[in-house]
Amino acid sequence: MSELPLEAGLLLAALLFLTGLVGVITRRNILFMLMSIEIMFNAAGLAFVLAGAHNGQADGQVMLIFILAMAAAEVAVGLALIIQMHRKYNSVDTDVLSELRD
Amino acid sequence: MNIIFYIAAIVAFVATVMVVTRKNAVHALLYLIVSLLAVSVIFFISGAPFVAALEVIVYAGAILVLFVFAIMMLNLGANSGKEESKLLKPNAWITPAILSLILLCELVYVFINYDGASVELRVIGPQEVSQSLFGGYMLAVELTGMLLMAGVVGAYHIGKEKKREYHRYLQTNENS
Repeated sequence: MSELPLEAGLLLAALLFLTGLVGVITRRNILFMLMSIEIMFNAAGLAFVLAGAHNGQADGQVMLIFILAMAAAEVAVGLALIIQMHRKYNSVDTDVLSELRD
Repeated sequence: MNIIFYIAAIVAFVATVMVVTRKNAVHALLYLIVSLLAVSVIFFISGAPFVAALEVIVYAGAILVLFVFAIMMLNLGANSGKEESKLLKPNAWITPAILSLILLCELVYVFINYDGASVELRVIGPQEVSQSLFGGYMLAVELTGMLLMAGVVGAYHIGKEKKREYHRYLQTNENS
């Protein structure tokens, strides 16, 4: 295998993470917020794997497997919550969840 | 190899930006799948074929199908995109974008000044990953299993449609 620049890979991970962060901050549709969280998980996993490959260790890949399991559990619970929210408020807009404000 | 990496990186970034800016949820999901596939390519060329396969099978194959099912169950109307469009004006996103840009500049500065020698990559196959996973990380594997179990039970409990059961007094009140 040839050599890859670690800096470029970590830069890509940072770019993806920040895109996901901007998505979570700006979107008001809760489905898109959950998708953006997935993007952020994926970027973190990318950084883990590239750093592990740089060191020649398998630990980075092990961490990505844990991130996958955690993302699966998080998405299952999150989507169940979204479905309940849609049943109760008939909307997926987070602005309707403002009952505690008054 | 490097040119493959850069092409995959560009595809991943563009697809991710499209995910965040789409109005239709299903279009965004398709872009997200593209982004995950591009990241999987990067995993593969950086010597991690096992994890590249897992990324396609578990992320693109299982988690995003879960998203598709959820969108199908929600049955979103055609007007949900219009409500979103007036929230995507520049004054809604310019400030977080500038803040993220500052963070990005910091990260770029750190990476440019990092002077680590890039070493020769070697392929780390499934065997070595499994030996590490079930060797030193055994406790973490058990805890992940418990987390998945809790996630499945919690998702079932939360997602269940609850029948509203009124007291007899309220039922007769409602009928009358």
